[in-house]
Amino acid sequence: MDILIQQIINGLTTGSVYALVALGYTMVYGVIQLINFAHGEVVMVGAMVAISVIGALAGSGLPPAAILLAGVACAMPACMCLGYLLERVAYRPLRHAPRLAPLITAIGMSIILQHLALLVWSRNPLAFPQILENPVFSIGGAAISGVQMGIILLSCAMMVGLTWFVYRTRFGVAIRATAENVHIAALMGVDANRVIALTFVIAAAMAAVAGVMVGTYYGIAHYTMGFMLGLKAFSAAVLGGIGNLAGAMLGGILLGLVEALATGYIGEVTDLCRWPIVSGWLAERCAADGHVVLMGSNYQEVFAFLVLIAVLVFRPSGLLGERVAERA
Amino acid sequence: MNAARPLLEVRDLHVAYGGIAAVKGIGFEVAAGEMVCLIGANGAGKTTTLKALARLLPARGTMHYDGHSLLHRPPHALIGEGMTLVPEGRGVFARLTVAENLGMGAYCRDDRGEIAADLERVYGLLPRLQERAGQLAGTLSGGEQQMLAIGRALMSRPRLLLLDEPSMGLAPIMVQKVFEVIQSVAAQGVTILLVEQNARLALSVAARGYVMDGGLITLADSAAALLANPKVREAYLGE
Repeated sequence: MDILIQQIINGLTTGSVYALVALGYTMVYGVIQLINFAHGEVVMVGAMVAISVIGALAGSGLPPAAILLAGVACAMPACMCLGYLLERVAYRPLRHAPRLAPLITAIGMSIILQHLALLVWSRNPLAFPQILENPVFSIGGAAISGVQMGIILLSCAMMVGLTWFVYRTRFGVAIRATAENVHIAALMGVDANRVIALTFVIAAAMAAVAGVMVGTYYGIAHYTMGFMLGLKAFSAAVLGGIGNLAGAMLGGILLGLVEALATGYIGEVTDLCRWPIVSGWLAERCAADGHVVLMGSNYQEVFAFLVLIAVLVFRPSGLLGERVAERA
Repeated sequence: MNAARPLLEVRDLHVAYGGIAAVKGIGFEVAAGEMVCLIGANGAGKTTTLKALARLLPARGTMHYDGHSLLHRPPHALIGEGMTLVPEGRGVFARLTVAENLGMGAYCRDDRGEIAADLERVYGLLPRLQERAGQLAGTLSGGEQQMLAIGRALMSRPRLLLLDEPSMGLAPIMVQKVFEVIQSVAAQGVTILLVEQNARLALSVAARGYVMDGGLITLADSAAALLANPKVREAYLGE
């Protein structure tokens, strides 16, 4: 039971991060139908910038909360500029090109950003300075740390804020209008270039916060960290229904939970000594070791992609996505 | 502004899709306060002409609105200057609510109090929209969507309204209602360029008309004269 609660807590934590990153994929897809494969690298740059700033201030005697805040305050504008530049330099010139061209460009930008980060921050992982006390609370036999609570609460706050922005402000309505029909939005006076740039900047701001969260949670950042995180968040966006905001949030949380629970239980489920059909055959080894585990928690990275494959096979429009035919 | 100059003046307009010419050098004008219609068969180039005016299609020639050339303006700049297109097929934002659609019509304005007053006026003219303000526009009937598209355009306080096939796909009773609204908008002094396949209807509300055929304007006259013209009667009024 406690392992269940523990894995739910862990899953909610990583799921919140996936959700923030997935929102970036889905918003950009919504307005220009592009999968911005460089989005994971924006998360990485956010983590790297934050850790560099926090590392530089760690010995300054400032209160830890102020140092962390300074890290976020530098990572966000840095990522927002990066998001704007990506759109302006890499994608805007290809706005009317066949859809494969910007997609390949996005993969190219991902590789370029990784290697620029390699040049700036070296190939060694950056360690997150231990400036924060991380109190651990106990819930029903499971542990939740202050960092985990912070990640979950801040993610929720950002998702509420984004929803408010998109549904209640003039710019937010313009983003949704542009996502639905860029020509009609232009007739209403919406400058599509501004809306698209704004979307990239908002996505990048959320990616920056997600980067700081990942860095704080795992205590480490590396120039390749954005790749896997980006692919998982993309899977989360597809799971929820790409282009759909609520879908990205749901998909992120669900993917985090699936991953944590699967990782938590895969050892138990694939322990051959628990399966009567083969346990007799393996009786000697079971008696000696107690377990013959086929797959352990090192299979963690697999589950996100199993989910992605399952969605693409059984429900390509995602959980909350609309059928493509509706747009005819 | 020169009072004698028409609000909209088009000379030698050419529009092509790829290599295929759809509009082959037409000219027409609309004076301030006038309602003019552009009629013709399907594929005559009427919608193409409006799209070129709204800068949704590249074009060659002269297009002057209020004395300024439209040729190199981006499409999103026009509504702020009072020229608003209600596109063919209505073009409401299906996933936005009725109220949000109307709000998009006023996107370029920042006079909040005036916008609220205009919203009341639009609701007064189109009470059905007020009843459905919170509903997604995609759930409205075709006629209601057309009303919404017109209401949304009115929220921009247009001086020149370009209407593309407002009767298309609507039941006759809805067509009648839509045209009553168009007439009351015209009565408030808004200049209207109306593109219609339903020639009889268009000529019954407009003061003047142009007949388009094969990308050219073949006839230009007062609406009454066109209604009486045997060629028009035969080709477009089904007599």
